[in-house]
Amino acid sequence: MSLHDQDDLALRHAQEERLRAAWEPPRGLFLRWTDTNNNRVGVWYTLTAFGFMLFAGVLALIMRTQLAVPDNDLVSPATFNQLFTLHGSAMMFLFAVPMFEAVSIILLPQLLGARDLPFPRLSAFGYWSFLLGGVFVLGSIFFNVAPDGGWFMYPPFTTRTDLSGLGADIWMLGLSFIEVSSVAAAVELIVGILKFRPPGMRLNLMPLYAWYILVVAVMILFAFPPLIAGDLLFEMERLLGWPFFDASKGGDPLLWQHLFWIFGHPEVYIIFLPSIALFAMLVPTFSQRHLLGYPYIVLAAVGTAFLSFGLWVHHMFATGLPKISLAFFSAASQAVVIPTGVQIFALIATIAAGRVIFSTPMLYATGSLAIFVIGGLTGVMVAIVPFDWQAHDTYFVVAHLHYVLIGGTLLPLIAGLYYYWPLITGKKLSDKLGRTAFWIMFAGANLTFFPMHFSGLLGMPRRVVTYSAELGIGWLNMLSTAGSYVFAAGMLVVVVDLCLSPRRAKAARNPWNAGTLEWLALPEDENWGIRSVPLIETRYPIWDQPDFMRKVDEGRFFLPDAEEGRRETISTTVLDARPLAVVRLGGPSWLPMMTAFALGGVFIFTTYHLYWAALASGFLTLAVTLRWLWTTAEIPEKPLKPIGHGLELPLYISGPQAPGWWAMFITMIADATAFSGLVFGYYFFWTIHPEFPPPWADGPGLGWPMIALAITLAGWVATIMARTMNKRDAALPTRLLLGAAGLLSVLAIPAGLAGPWLSGLDPTAHSYPAIVWTLAIWTVAHSGVGAIAQFYALARSLAGRMTAQYDADIRNVTLYHHFMVFTAIVTWCTLGLFPEVA
Amino acid sequence: MIRKLHSHIGSLQATLWTLIVAPTTWAVHFLFSYLWAAVYCAKTGQFAEEPLVYWVGTGLALLVIAISGYIAVIQSRVPGDPAPHEHSTESDRLRFIAYSTMLLAGLSFIGVIFTAAPVLILEDCR
Ligand code: HEM
Ligand SMILES: [Cu+2]
Repeated sequence: MSLHDQDDLALRHAQEERLRAAWEPPRGLFLRWTDTNNNRVGVWYTLTAFGFMLFAGVLALIMRTQLAVPDNDLVSPATFNQLFTLHGSAMMFLFAVPMFEAVSIILLPQLLGARDLPFPRLSAFGYWSFLLGGVFVLGSIFFNVAPDGGWFMYPPFTTRTDLSGLGADIWMLGLSFIEVSSVAAAVELIVGILKFRPPGMRLNLMPLYAWYILVVAVMILFAFPPLIAGDLLFEMERLLGWPFFDASKGGDPLLWQHLFWIFGHPEVYIIFLPSIALFAMLVPTFSQRHLLGYPYIVLAAVGTAFLSFGLWVHHMFATGLPKISLAFFSAASQAVVIPTGVQIFALIATIAAGRVIFSTPMLYATGSLAIFVIGGLTGVMVAIVPFDWQAHDTYFVVAHLHYVLIGGTLLPLIAGLYYYWPLITGKKLSDKLGRTAFWIMFAGANLTFFPMHFSGLLGMPRRVVTYSAELGIGWLNMLSTAGSYVFAAGMLVVVVDLCLSPRRAKAARNPWNAGTLEWLALPEDENWGIRSVPLIETRYPIWDQPDFMRKVDEGRFFLPDAEEGRRETISTTVLDARPLAVVRLGGPSWLPMMTAFALGGVFIFTTYHLYWAALASGFLTLAVTLRWLWTTAEIPEKPLKPIGHGLELPLYISGPQAPGWWAMFITMIADATAFSGLVFGYYFFWTIHPEFPPPWADGPGLGWPMIALAITLAGWVATIMARTMNKRDAALPTRLLLGAAGLLSVLAIPAGLAGPWLSGLDPTAHSYPAIVWTLAIWTVAHSGVGAIAQFYALARSLAGRMTAQYDADIRNVTLYHHFMVFTAIVTWCTLGLFPEVA
Repeated sequence: MIRKLHSHIGSLQATLWTLIVAPTTWAVHFLFSYLWAAVYCAKTGQFAEEPLVYWVGTGLALLVIAISGYIAVIQSRVPGDPAPHEHSTESDRLRFIAYSTMLLAGLSFIGVIFTAAPVLILEDCR
């Protein structure tokens, strides 16, 4: 096929018919929910997160109504505790983070000229997990069992089952489930950005939105797993009585604070950077020029990501840690101002250098920046250690955090909503309603939160259900309450604007005259994403590449057809976006939803102590996951496929070139991070105890851990040999080796548990046996998964789905086992050798 | 000699991994500082008398960052296509990564100094 073939109108129509058929969404009352296309799933995801936000907002209004006048008794103290906990948790876990992932699921493929993300079914799985988990957590308030320990759930209050009820379990398990789906989405986004860019879009041409999302997704990979590890310890304490945070049994509540804030501070940037990413898209559009300082923005994004991990202790300034530790963190808190300043400066410089069109999205962008800056200033105040000792746990902090969050996430998202609505629906929102809503919300936010600085300094503690009239802060609180209703009214105007949208006429294509790829989308939505995958030569192709839109539309670029009726897109290299392969994507299926519900069952049944049901749900999850995996890495009917312009690309790739390998690699990094959270726990206990392991504890000994390590190493070697044999096309040795490796992995389980078991370590007695058991169980569980992986590869080989040429399965399994060996070495050496040297 | 070194450096690969060498060094140094102080204070109740190890470690970190920055400076000047260096070419991509690496090295350098400064001033664990 050459360029001129596309002059043939009949051919073009035929191609369009085939593409349309391949991307045909499932229809019907039930079947439509099996859809996996990003434009559908992303929209469900966004709407759900928006709904959760509104729900959390209603909870806030109830709180403000209670606080309007002194000595009020509209809600009971117990309910109030549930209200602020659920409001804070929902805003952070069910709105801010998922919202950015949801929006990215919609936008990224468009931005990258791809037809979909690498793993559409994984997105769908993430969505169903999110929906189920969110409804589970939020629904608890209707049964008066919502979590009530504050959004950071500090023990010991929350771990003592006599002091806190089901709510704490709902928080831990419900939100862990959502964290898992957040990590899944992060994997999807990273692989999408690295491997699914259009040909020619080298790293230096990537839209800034993609840079930010890459950075944020990597941050999620390192921030969420420690929290998941913390959740795990937390639930072991609550359900089984393993005393990790119980000071009377050698535990320490500070461990939770560490694990929580290693997540919690980066979280602030995880939800703030995507907002800057939105600005970085709309500022150039409305200034009608390239964004200034592209490398500086990348510096800022990457720099912020790193530095933000050096801040966690600043939430623990009041806990009496050594001053020197506080000083390190205070230093990093000041250093992070540099990259934050750089980004805002680049945006302002671009606005100053262009002819600004002061549209509604721009109004929201500038307004939110103003609010954010106020929050930033008070943030610098509380980052100064002595001031924090004064303001800690007062309404001053509530004011600070809401300025940051409203200026840093809520209003920017509405800027994004007004900007991208035409992309998704083909229709513009009303400028008049949008601007009205902006001014109402802007006034409302300031009226709500500005007075809180004063009520805080006058001594109003946060999280109180009421206050006495003598404090003299009644009028400040009345102002805040009035403000919150004003804010809600503004939000209502936005909702009304959205509801009016279906009655409006379609707007023109690319209504803001933007320069980036996503605006290729047609007002009357086609499900195929992009008509042909373009060759990119500049950062703003619609502006700078002549005839760009027409060439895309006429299929004059790559992959303009779907000859085999399959959903396909192009995968390219990481640095230079050279075409590598045509990747076939998963279509509509029940499997993602079923997996999500089965996995959700594990978490939900555990909450209610229905362990047998949870176990059954676990086996169901395993079965559905294997069924799902079985459909992946399929062997194509022909090795190569032409994509136009004389190019032919393979239909199958494996190893470090393949998206699946990257997904495994990234998932395992997250897994290793969670593991290091547990290891941190072990050594943390060592630092707080004068003698650790405690002298009376004579386990797990040296022998069994070393045996477990040796077995794991042997299994690893066997796996690597199997990979080599498979490459040489020696099927029989491959299968024998895989079988042996699987058996070794199974053997590693009893060997690993034998140490703590035979030495009679009682995990409920003290934090030492508890953490030993935890590390051992974590590691043998990984051996178990490793065994399943090895037997899976064996089955694939037997079924003829894995051969010397088509070897993705065994390469991914080997990759898993590299991480497995790392985990085993750290665990078994820590458990076996460290007591010898300590 | 210098010219040869420069042309050798110019031909080195610049990737997403080399981009994060400097900030990763900062992170390692930061973690090391934190653990060093925390373990010392918890286990001995006082600061190291002569934190020589600490300064050697800090010097090493600064050195790694400086080298990463130096390589980046040279790479970011590799001659190639005409300005504004925003095209889909090998040399523009190299220059971009190098330039960002250089900026990150600068930020990380400041970061390490910020981290180490308190050790100069503070002398005990309280
Ligand atoms: C105008 C809208 C909002 C109002 C009126 C509001 C109101 C409140 C109130 C009254 C509290 C309880 C303070 C206390 O008793 O200590 C609170 C806490 C909190 N809010 Fe909001 N809020 C709003 C928006 C948001 C948004 C958009 C976010 C995040 C994206 C957010 C995150 C939080 C968090 C994390 C807490 C702390 C919860 C805790 O103490 O555990 N809020 N908010
Ligand atoms: Cu923080």
